[in-house]
Amino acid sequence: MRIMGNNAVEIKGLTKKFGNFTAVDNISFEVRKGEIFGFLGANGAGKTTAMRILCGLSRPTSGEGTVAGYDINTRQEEIKRHIGYMSQKFSLYPDLTVRENIRLFGGIYGLRDREIEEKTDALLGLLEMRRERDKFAGALPLGWKQKLAFSIAMIHDPELVFLDEPTGGVDPETRRRFWEMIYEASESGTTVFVTTHYMDEAEYCDRVSVMTDGKIAALGSPEDLKASYGAADMDEVFRTIVGRAGKEDRK
Amino acid sequence: MKEFAASVVKEFRHIFRDKRTILITMAMPVVQIILFGFAVSTEVNDVRVAFCGDMSDPAVRSVVDRIDNNGYLRIVRRLSDPGEITGVFRRDEADAAVCFGRNFGGNLAPSGHAQIRIIGDGSDPNTARMITGYIKGVIQDEQGDAEVSFTGERKAVMSPVVQLMYNPAMKSSYNFVPGVMGLILMLICTMMTAVSIVREKETGTLELLLVSPVRPLWIMLSKMMPYLFLSAVNFTTILLLAHYVMKVPVNGSLFLLCVAALDFVVTSLALGLLISVISPNQKTALLICGMGLTMPTMIFSGIIFPCESMPRVLQWFSDIIPAKWFIIIVKKIMIQGTGLASAAREMLILTGMAALLLAVSIKSFRTRLQ
Repeated sequence: MRIMGNNAVEIKGLTKKFGNFTAVDNISFEVRKGEIFGFLGANGAGKTTAMRILCGLSRPTSGEGTVAGYDINTRQEEIKRHIGYMSQKFSLYPDLTVRENIRLFGGIYGLRDREIEEKTDALLGLLEMRRERDKFAGALPLGWKQKLAFSIAMIHDPELVFLDEPTGGVDPETRRRFWEMIYEASESGTTVFVTTHYMDEAEYCDRVSVMTDGKIAALGSPEDLKASYGAADMDEVFRTIVGRAGKEDRK
Repeated sequence: MKEFAASVVKEFRHIFRDKRTILITMAMPVVQIILFGFAVSTEVNDVRVAFCGDMSDPAVRSVVDRIDNNGYLRIVRRLSDPGEITGVFRRDEADAAVCFGRNFGGNLAPSGHAQIRIIGDGSDPNTARMITGYIKGVIQDEQGDAEVSFTGERKAVMSPVVQLMYNPAMKSSYNFVPGVMGLILMLICTMMTAVSIVREKETGTLELLLVSPVRPLWIMLSKMMPYLFLSAVNFTTILLLAHYVMKVPVNGSLFLLCVAALDFVVTSLALGLLISVISPNQKTALLICGMGLTMPTMIFSGIIFPCESMPRVLQWFSDIIPAKWFIIIVKKIMIQGTGLASAAREMLILTGMAALLLAVSIKSFRTRLQ
């Protein structure tokens, strides 16, 4: 059964424990359809664990919720079919050519051969990479790799795409162009769930959440957060929240 | 199914694009067979024998002639004193020496007791044992004939005739071909599979596949496919080399042999999956495979050392090595030419291992995903 609402992600009381350690501690939030949702937090705050659960890679210890309308506890296979996933570190196979990479992901997302051909052609045209189609993905400049990886993550027209630090290690200009792609995807109705360490990118999001110690410490639009923390930019907001959590730890 | 096909294609591309690995994989069985066949051979062949004794004694001459006329032995020199033997061995001028006692013929004729000493070069104990045993056999032949000629009538002596069934020529290839088969299949299926899965774990691309709708188990299966194919190619290479170069016969059913190989391959693949689940990086996977698998397989599967002469505890340990059972089956089917009935116990054990390892590795892989 699929629960269709106005939210792409709905999470209530999500908890994940590894033995005695609680990585994700009773978090609840929604992501609206078509929204760009920034998922922030310091390293080790539980971001990755939470995201793995949302992607259907891991089961929560307790809590419930839906992703793309499917239950996170029981319908992981359907979730996987309806989401896209991209990560900066590893999204393409360097020893496969551009075309083979597209083919592979088209194939494992169940696209038919004809669809794959059409998609490949359209994609290469859009990215202006026709001449590079038989080059190994590993030989492409980082910026191109990321654009290609993002397009491949969207190859099956997912309702929701997860981007895990998609712009790590790229120059500001390439990052800006990458965000243009994200906006385009969002405008065409795809929900974007993005984690990042760059606070200027947090400003581009419709709403952001900040995680500390497995909990969501703040959630709202960048404007609201800046206003309520009396901060000039998201960087200050982030440092205030994370710094506060650090102090509580020491007490 | 379509998804599975796509990821199988990908795995094949990875392998065939890596020219060095594919070359090593293809050359490995050839090199191993040649290495074992020609370099580490323990066969008695062209043995150089030195002797020390009185050539004017007809009994001595008769023994020496017999040794020299033997196809595998050849007399290289006569020593005037037994003390020279050490020097001869050190300079590598002979592989064995035969020393006749003083007044050899004179003692032999009346009493039938004369002393003869066979000295082997123990720095290579296996070969030395083979050579001394062989020379002893030659001298015993001589003794049997001598007894007839001295007394004029044949005494009632028991002279055992030793005959080795299945391998009358004592060819070591009959032993190492099954061994190399086990070793190669294990290396390809366990080590290479484990390393290839762990490599994707290390680069993180495994996440990418796991987040796709392809079921995790199918992803693992697709990773095993190229190695299944490679092991089939290698198995064929070894069989062809064994048959046409080493002249090892396939006395039993070829089909049965293939079934046994498949059984072993499944066991090895399951083991590979298990190792990939427990190792965090390629180094660990390689170490586990090298120290925990290849070495014990070499030592305990009976390729080099016979399990029967090991202490009881080590024999028990050797029982848990899948390659040991596979090698026993191959020997039975290939060399002895027996059917399923006589290899049934080993087949059952191997199948049991395959089932158990498959269950454990799939279960641990599933838990790992949670």
